[in-house]
Amino acid sequence: MNKIVSHERLNRDVVRMELENPPIAAKRRAGQFVVIRIDETGERIPLTLVDSDPGRGTITLVVQAVGATTRQLFQMSAGDSLLDVAGPLGHPAPIENYGTVIAVAGGVGAAEALPVIRALREAGNTVITIVGARSGELLILTEELRGASDELHICTDDGSLGKPGQVTSLLNWMINDGRIPDLVYAIGPVPMMRAVAEQTRPYGIRTLVSLNPLMVDGTGMCGCCRVTVGDQVRFACVDGPDFDAHQVDFDELVSRQRAYLTQEAEARKRAGDAR
Amino acid sequence: MTAKPERVRMPERPPAERIRDFEEVPLGLTPELARREAARCLQCPTAPCSAGCPVEIDIPGFIRLLREKREEEAIALIRRTNSLPAVCGRVCPQEDQCERHCVLGIKGEPVAIGALERYLSKREPESSPQPEPVRRGEPVAVVGSGPAGLTAAADLARMGFAVTVFEALHAPGGVMAYGIPAFRLPRSILEGEVARLAEMGVRFEYDTVIGATFSLDDLRDRGYRAFFIGSGAGLPRFMGIPGENLVGVYSANEYLTRVNLMGARHFPDWATPVSRGRRVIVVGGGNVAMDSARTALRLGAEEVTVVYRRSRREMPARHEEIVHAEQEGVVFHLLALPLSYRPDADGRVAVAQCQRMELGEPDASGRRSPVPIPGSEFEVACDTVIVAVGNSPNPLIPSREPGLETGRRGNLEVDPETGATSLPGVFAGGDIATGAATVIEAMGAGKRAARGIAAYLAD
Repeated sequence: MNKIVSHERLNRDVVRMELENPPIAAKRRAGQFVVIRIDETGERIPLTLVDSDPGRGTITLVVQAVGATTRQLFQMSAGDSLLDVAGPLGHPAPIENYGTVIAVAGGVGAAEALPVIRALREAGNTVITIVGARSGELLILTEELRGASDELHICTDDGSLGKPGQVTSLLNWMINDGRIPDLVYAIGPVPMMRAVAEQTRPYGIRTLVSLNPLMVDGTGMCGCCRVTVGDQVRFACVDGPDFDAHQVDFDELVSRQRAYLTQEAEARKRAGDAR
Repeated sequence: MTAKPERVRMPERPPAERIRDFEEVPLGLTPELARREAARCLQCPTAPCSAGCPVEIDIPGFIRLLREKREEEAIALIRRTNSLPAVCGRVCPQEDQCERHCVLGIKGEPVAIGALERYLSKREPESSPQPEPVRRGEPVAVVGSGPAGLTAAADLARMGFAVTVFEALHAPGGVMAYGIPAFRLPRSILEGEVARLAEMGVRFEYDTVIGATFSLDDLRDRGYRAFFIGSGAGLPRFMGIPGENLVGVYSANEYLTRVNLMGARHFPDWATPVSRGRRVIVVGGGNVAMDSARTALRLGAEEVTVVYRRSRREMPARHEEIVHAEQEGVVFHLLALPLSYRPDADGRVAVAQCQRMELGEPDASGRRSPVPIPGSEFEVACDTVIVAVGNSPNPLIPSREPGLETGRRGNLEVDPETGATSLPGVFAGGDIATGAATVIEAMGAGKRAARGIAAYLAD
């Protein structure tokens, strides 16, 4: 169980890995996640389920090396195993026929958006996907996104691929062009999701964001992942991960995501010094 | 008339030594102390103490065997009805259970039944209990490996059922693993009790979230004929006051899970971090609050303050735990309630704004209710806050299994005698049914439900 059957680098710090886990593969729906632990001394972290193959009993994760655990995942190889994988957790994305949906994805969100885009299109939506990165060589899975979407728009901060600029400028251009969608689904770095929310708010466009706060158990037990949505405190693990973007307190989310940065930096420094 | 012998006191490690590590605080009884204490028992034929035990231990029986130095037989007698004596001997509130009914307690101090149980739990029973040939092999699924689930699993296995325990986390024990700190319940003790269950043939499947990985229907398809749900009170309550989501404010569940289950005290050798606060506030007056406060001390806090809205008399924590916390240097701000938290420039919690309270009329719980004193606001500087104001039943299974009837607090509705829920073949007990209570009450519920399941499968 949890053996890595394939481990493929998508860019300099993003890896796509397929793991053996037949029960989760059979149950996964778009938008759900797993909580994993690499080994006995490891931490529990949530990772979005990008795909699954019930026939082969595998699940697919796409991981960006940003923290201690994700860096370790990036360094692993096919044949290795994870000690623990629990899921599928969280509510599936609310898939229905909205009409036209603009999916906005940034960074590793490009991978996480894929299953939702596919499911939305299967449900009869016209799906326009906007994907962005700092630079062309960081973009991942563009062919898959193109195949899954009715339209794909690419942008890069440095203009090395697609239109120059950020996903929000493309979204802005579309809205100004009179292409008002029935739903915007945004997934990626928090500043990007917040910017998308601010952009659609004046137009009253229904906007969902898929949140990825820190978690421990992932089953509602600890409250680490609490987010303020409207006037309510919700647990992303059991109430989410998708929430109404216009209701989310992004300042609080950013602050809570940074809770352990100092400790982690010290740990990295210590590990570096020891080497 | 000679003076009656006094109740023995269990030796403990000195506070200055014990707050530097997570080793156990009480040291247990020596054989001599145990036999001296056992000699105090009056051997009442009516055994009122046993009537106060949710898992129905024959207390005068095991004490008599202990007196006669037949300790292997004594522990075998305990294990016949209690699958977790090493746990119960440490964390049961005996003062509210067996010892409360002890006749010696009417005029003096009751027999230290818990200490004797703990003493005997070290012994190997004379012979392992043989499964009774009631029926064999019918698969029964137990959801959750906390005190209720482990008790149900052990009793069902003893009756001859093929029991599989499904645990959402990566380790067994539920609240005994993530909640109760090692200085009250050493991990080796819990592991020993779980290993015993495995030897009895109970199978454990970890990382398996029932309601997510498998539904009850999936388990039915896999051949399970009956179910016990003991998924616990894992949904932390917050007070809903401003600043409660600041960095540095934890639910007690999160704080204790990081330290107990995830090994955060070994960070960065272990990967899970936790705030090592210098000035820690713990909100609440129960055992979980005491566990949190004493854990914070052991992580190096300079000042740990418990803020509780009523007076010491009303604190729900065990007397013993309050005393331990006091001995170790925990400060108590009684009759006080946090109103809000304010951050520092980095967005971390820095100040707790509190208000003083006085006691008014008794409330529904029979305890005098706290009433705010106008104009009594005061501030406490802090860098970590641990909110230990209770837990609600975990919503995962009730929300994913719509056929299960729930009560007002999100708890599963069960028949108190059998544990039967609204779904045929599905039984439940422990905190998922009652809301947060004690280990031993959950174990009692697991025991009753095991009987309920046996009766259901016999029909």
